[in-house]
Amino acid sequence: MDFLIFQVPMLTLQATLDGILLGILFALIAYGMALQWGVMNIINIAQGDLVILGGYIAYFMYLWGIHPAWGVIVSPFIMYFVGVGIYKLVINKVVDRDLFISILATFGISILFMQLMNFAFGADVVLANSGYGTTMLFDNSVTLPNSKIFSAFISIVFAIGLVVYMKKSKLGRAIRATAQNARAAKILGVDTEKVYAATFGINAALCGVAGALISITFTIHPYMGLPYTIRSFMIVIVAGLGNLPGVAMSGMGLGVFEEFADYILGTEFRIGSVFLLLVLILVYRRFKLSRKREYLK
Amino acid sequence: MNKNIILYAALLIFGLAAPFIFPAFKVQLSILCVLIVLALTWNIQGGEMGYNTFGNILFYGLGMYLCASVQVGMFFPLAEWTESGGEKTFVHTPTQFFQGMAMGLVVAAVIPTIVAGLIGYSILGLRGHYFAICTLGLGVAAGEISGGIEIIGAGQGFTTPPFPDVGSLEARGEFFYFLSFMAVVLTFITVKSIYSTRFKLILNAIRDNEDKAEAMGIQTMKYKIIGWMISAFFCGLAGGIMGGLVGYIDSTDVAFDGREMGVFMVLMAILGGKGTLWGPVIGATVFHIFKEGFWTFFLGWQYVALGVLIVVIVIYFPEGIMGWLREKYPERFGEVVDEADRKAQVELK
Repeated sequence: MDFLIFQVPMLTLQATLDGILLGILFALIAYGMALQWGVMNIINIAQGDLVILGGYIAYFMYLWGIHPAWGVIVSPFIMYFVGVGIYKLVINKVVDRDLFISILATFGISILFMQLMNFAFGADVVLANSGYGTTMLFDNSVTLPNSKIFSAFISIVFAIGLVVYMKKSKLGRAIRATAQNARAAKILGVDTEKVYAATFGINAALCGVAGALISITFTIHPYMGLPYTIRSFMIVIVAGLGNLPGVAMSGMGLGVFEEFADYILGTEFRIGSVFLLLVLILVYRRFKLSRKREYLK
Repeated sequence: MNKNIILYAALLIFGLAAPFIFPAFKVQLSILCVLIVLALTWNIQGGEMGYNTFGNILFYGLGMYLCASVQVGMFFPLAEWTESGGEKTFVHTPTQFFQGMAMGLVVAAVIPTIVAGLIGYSILGLRGHYFAICTLGLGVAAGEISGGIEIIGAGQGFTTPPFPDVGSLEARGEFFYFLSFMAVVLTFITVKSIYSTRFKLILNAIRDNEDKAEAMGIQTMKYKIIGWMISAFFCGLAGGIMGGLVGYIDSTDVAFDGREMGVFMVLMAILGGKGTLWGPVIGATVFHIFKEGFWTFFLGWQYVALGVLIVVIVIYFPEGIMGWLREKYPERFGEVVDEADRKAQVELK
């Protein structure tokens, strides 16, 4: 291998660290997707667009002179209501229909959001400057922006917070009960309609947090949503539903993969390699399962 | 039967006469033909086989690039052509243009068919939403990757050979119209003939219950791949024609345009009624007329309208026009209706 990245250990370390910090963010988005997939059995193609919308909330706070890190608090609040609104308008009509209907409906929402954001916020690539500076490691040969460390830390805090909330709170128990058996939960007095709305809202709120962090650490653009959806979908199918450590691990793995693909193939193939990886993973799983005459369900 | 022949003859005559009746709409009519081809072929997967694909755009884009590359590459160095960005350094003579187009369309149809056959075994083993997302990824990946390949123009796009000067200003529109009309007729005849064979029944069996179909001794994988290859053939053809018609190929906005063409084909088939022969044709026509008629009112807001349209059609109108007609006039579709039963149902409502 004559790739520079493998000859210089510091570069390898740099890419790995970048990838892990990025992957923690991906895992947070994937966690939201796993939650609503598990509870409502819906694959939300608009997931990435919710992330980008959350990012714009933080960006606008930055424009109005508020430090964008507060977006981590504000964005989920707004996004929760956006999520509940989407649920009431669209999702509750597709929730127990054919899965393809929900994929197509959320695809429509995704196009709608993409375009509305394009009109409202313009087609420029933007970022909210947090002014956090960078940390230098190993004689300045590895640089880590503090904003990335901050975002990874916040992601972990939110993820742990949500896990605890799901375990302890009444709503969390209701959500878990509905995920196990919606009908039985209904009989036992759980208002599943409310649970679904709350689940979708929580998912949107998580997207809002992730979006705010992405607007601080990376860049956002109205059309960048779909890759985030695909990434979170990929993480969920690799880890499996309801496997939280798995989500975290595969999120970091994906982050590292992306950083290396970026170095080796070039930035123009970065998104392409993500989508190709999805295809390869699905095909691999399919062959592995077909030996037992099973298929992905 | 007799009535049908008259209907088909009337449609054929109308199709042949259309560019002369509406000379101003030749390009729009050609695009309509391409859309009908795409909707009809999507219906083989989505409607008959129950495999909702977003990936047929892959074959469409592949056909587009292949047709243009062959058309240029047969006579001129391809790399220099794309580098010049369609400058007039190389000019096709009429003979070269038509020869290149003919050769290009053959390649544009055959290579995607082979690709479909090669990847079919891997991809079609996935089911349900995994298949949908996988094909979505396939389409986007193709767009992103082709946007990074230098020889076909990378990010700056690929200008297809301009139509040669053959003496008449109307020639370009008429040429592309008849080309795409031929593609529609060919697709329709193929689809209609396969829908009257056992092949269609097998596809429907796969849609209704694949495991049972397999247990009945049907080699489902074989039929799924053949179905996909048929789709790929016509999608590639349509892509090749569309590339010449548009005159400019961009990797994500024209060729592998999952956001527009890739969704259109799904939407058209659902709007018309999936799983029917005429549904996609009607759906594509209605959709195209709506799109061209009303898009101007939403100028700049087309995609917003598109997003709303998708959500509304999918939620409130999933059976499509043909499904609605079928519910209203079941006799016309050859269903035996028990009058007493129907009355009882009406009273119940």
